[in-house]
Amino acid sequence: MKNLKYIIPTVLLTIFMSSCNGDDDTPEPVNEEEVITTVLVNLISDQGNVTLSSIDLDGDGPNAPVLDVSGNLKSGTAYAGTVQFLNQTETPADDITLEVVEEAEEHQVFYTAGGGLDAMTTYGNFDSDGNPLGTIFTLDTSTASTGTLNVTLRHEPTKPNDGTLANAGGETDVSVTFNLTIED
Amino acid sequence: MKLIICVVMAFAITASFAQSCELVLQGTIVDTHDDTLLTGATIVLVETDAAVLSDFEGNFEFKNLCTGTYNLQVSHPACTTKVFMITIETNVSKILKLEHHLEELNEILIKGSSYYTKAESVLENRITQETLDNNSNASIGDVLKTISGVTSLNTGNTVVKPVINGLHSSRITLINNGVRQQDQEWGAEHAPNIDLNTAGNITVLKGASALQYSGDALGGVVVAEPRPITLRDTVFGKTIITGQSNGRGGAATSSLTKSYENGWFARFQGTAKRYGDFEAPNYVLSNTGLSEKDFSIHVGLNKIKYGIDVYYSFFQNEIGILRASHLGGAQDQIAAINSDGPLIIRDFTYDIESPRQDVTHHLGKLSGFYNVEEIGTLKFKYDVQQNKRFEFDVRRDSEDDTPSVNLELTTHNLSLSLESDVSENVSLKTGVAGNYQENVADPSTGVRRLIPDYKQYKFAVYGIADVVLSEKWIAEFGARFDYTYMDALKFYRTSFWEERGYDEQFPELVIEDFGSQLLTNPKPEFSNVSATAGFSYRFSEDYVLFANYSLATRAPNPSELFSEGLHHSASRIELGELSFDSEIAQKTTLTFQKKSKRFSFAINAYGSLLRDFIVIEPTEIRQTIRGNFQVWEYRQTNARLLGVDTDARYRYSDALSFTTTFSLVKGYDRSRERALINMPAANLSNSLDYRLPIEKEINVGLESNFVFRQNEFPNNDFEIYLPETDTFETVAISKPPPAYHVLNFNAGTKFKVGDSSTLNLTLKMTNVLNTSYREYLNRLRYYADDLGRNILVQVKINY
Repeated sequence: MKNLKYIIPTVLLTIFMSSCNGDDDTPEPVNEEEVITTVLVNLISDQGNVTLSSIDLDGDGPNAPVLDVSGNLKSGTAYAGTVQFLNQTETPADDITLEVVEEAEEHQVFYTAGGGLDAMTTYGNFDSDGNPLGTIFTLDTSTASTGTLNVTLRHEPTKPNDGTLANAGGETDVSVTFNLTIED
Repeated sequence: MKLIICVVMAFAITASFAQSCELVLQGTIVDTHDDTLLTGATIVLVETDAAVLSDFEGNFEFKNLCTGTYNLQVSHPACTTKVFMITIETNVSKILKLEHHLEELNEILIKGSSYYTKAESVLENRITQETLDNNSNASIGDVLKTISGVTSLNTGNTVVKPVINGLHSSRITLINNGVRQQDQEWGAEHAPNIDLNTAGNITVLKGASALQYSGDALGGVVVAEPRPITLRDTVFGKTIITGQSNGRGGAATSSLTKSYENGWFARFQGTAKRYGDFEAPNYVLSNTGLSEKDFSIHVGLNKIKYGIDVYYSFFQNEIGILRASHLGGAQDQIAAINSDGPLIIRDFTYDIESPRQDVTHHLGKLSGFYNVEEIGTLKFKYDVQQNKRFEFDVRRDSEDDTPSVNLELTTHNLSLSLESDVSENVSLKTGVAGNYQENVADPSTGVRRLIPDYKQYKFAVYGIADVVLSEKWIAEFGARFDYTYMDALKFYRTSFWEERGYDEQFPELVIEDFGSQLLTNPKPEFSNVSATAGFSYRFSEDYVLFANYSLATRAPNPSELFSEGLHHSASRIELGELSFDSEIAQKTTLTFQKKSKRFSFAINAYGSLLRDFIVIEPTEIRQTIRGNFQVWEYRQTNARLLGVDTDARYRYSDALSFTTTFSLVKGYDRSRERALINMPAANLSNSLDYRLPIEKEINVGLESNFVFRQNEFPNNDFEIYLPETDTFETVAISKPPPAYHVLNFNAGTKFKVGDSSTLNLTLKMTNVLNTSYREYLNRLRYYADDLGRNILVQVKINY
């Protein structure tokens, strides 16, 4: 039986000599262009800075994203926030945020505080139609509490929308939920 | 008036020769070449216009003839018409020889059957030229559904994959003009790339018993054959133009055949279709347009002893996929499922944007046959196919028009076969085939390959014997061996490779380490045996029983072996398994058929046991940076299918007839002890056809299709966390939609144009009541309703 694997190709190759290409082409690996592996949120204030990160280097592979929060937030503080989306499967890493800003009309970042986190966000940048984009924002903390902050990037949402994910629709490109603590 | 004169004249003539007009002319029509008796020849006595048909022995008879000289015009469907002059003075018996040609290309009339049988022990379900013409604007998948037990797996209404007795994709073999179609049929959203207008008739065999075509058709075999070419000096053709309201577009198809008595022939055929967005009863199905261009050329020489022909066909289509079906993850899925209609509805347009498919299929064939005396018919065939598939997804950068899937599948096939009559009662089909297939996935997509680069070698050998035991019994036996060897170059994610334990199971397959990815070289190999045995028993002229057992073995396809990643069009992660074995099905089919002018029916019952049946089902939820995705994993299980298809037709009169079909299939996963996923629901179709009692021939028909709710399904619903509402919600993907009923109407009439042309005019209305419904086997059922009312006008000219 093992011989068949040699006999058949030999017979076929003789016949189809003209139509078969060279046999030793090793395929190139694909550079994944559409993947976002990393979400970085930088929160800056005079009370100190906090960085939130979610890194998932194997994309939709089996490994779950690794989340990290550099520290606790202070109550009653205004944090100047920025978000960055990276594709780290490429070297150097591709900054997807630039694409998002460039196509601002077709994107929006949503911030949702949940689970009792006493904080609210305000949009800091807008698209050419004056609708929120959200790669720059402000996070205002109130009282000491714990809860979650979800960062969602939507592609082709309805714009303008009422600020909720349900109303915005579109496709989810990023959805990351961080566990946060606000302390006095 | 004319008639009266004729009758009077006839009496006058009869009267004047009364005394000597009791002579009888008997005759037998035979084939010049081998003295075969020709059945069904028309013999016209030119002088009296009397006409008779030759019987099964080729005999005919004219009585009450007077002495004199007569001209007999003898015609037969497969022969050139000939006139014989006969002088009658006494009773005579004559043998008339006709030049009998092959009725169909490459096909020799066997045992009086005008069509070459594909299997003796299963019922051959045939779709006629008329039905094909009526549906010339539709897809091949839609027209196959006219057969009971055949349903479809849809992605919207333009991607239609046939499902035979509950099975589809790689489990169905499609034979297009003698060539096994190789068009990446493994994918659930890959419809067959065949223009149905290239076919003159289509035969469906529910089961794997036609081993000359394949041994892995667990579901069945669909054979599309070109319209026969008669060997006469003639030119004929047809043009069909259809316009329809839904989709605001239409289709045009035209063909022209030129044939010569010396055996040469040429045929050209072309089809174009263009539709914009289709519409459900309450909204536009945005981005569901279609554009299709096909043509075929067929040239050949056909002699009695030998023949050769060259065929080329081109198929290209661009299909828009419902925009609202492109989702980012489970969170978006909840929003889409919970919404009453699609989340994206735009104004009607002819534009086809992403997501969309763009597929081109080339098929070239060179085939020939030679009749070797005392041995049989030796056939040779070489064919090459190239299938180029682009799939465009919605990208972050809307200007970016790079396809996400870019695959090129090339298949070469070489086969030799011999059909011989070993004795008067035994005929044998034997053959060998070799097959080389290469898949190239272009890396410029920026999206990981769905199907890896591979080379595949196949070899097959088969033998089938038909034995006529008596006038009533015909038995059939066959066996086939297939060997498959694959040489794939597949990139695996390192994390997946390790999670699956492949690093311990197949460490020798890794040929290069790219860090996050591994290049591997799997070389799966499969040796498969398939077999069939069965008989047909003819109780009487009207009743036949077919019984068949078939053993079919199918090697896993590249998708089942190698899938590993996000399938955008399904919004799910799909995983294959490298160590799959072939799946094996044993199917027993019993068919009882009655055929008569007034009442005909067929009952087809079957049971099938499947070992290592490959199914794809959800297994877990995977967290990614894009949110949660459901993971669908291929697995092998033991399964059982039981079903019945019935067809019945009752003709009250020449003008009125009633047809009913019903089919039911039950799929059961014996390992998990629950229902199989995606089994077609039971369906009942009834139609009435009536010819209006007026002078002009107008036929009207009313058809009702009732599809039951599928009550047997596995529950694969899953829960996800929604950050916004801080709640867990169920993604209800399992529950089949409710039962539905669709009513269709048609009316048609015919005109004679000139001497040899006819014009058919048809008006059709589908979903007359504009019913909103969803179909369980439509992959887009979560997002939108099916098609609303559609009004079609079709003009067909035969010339």
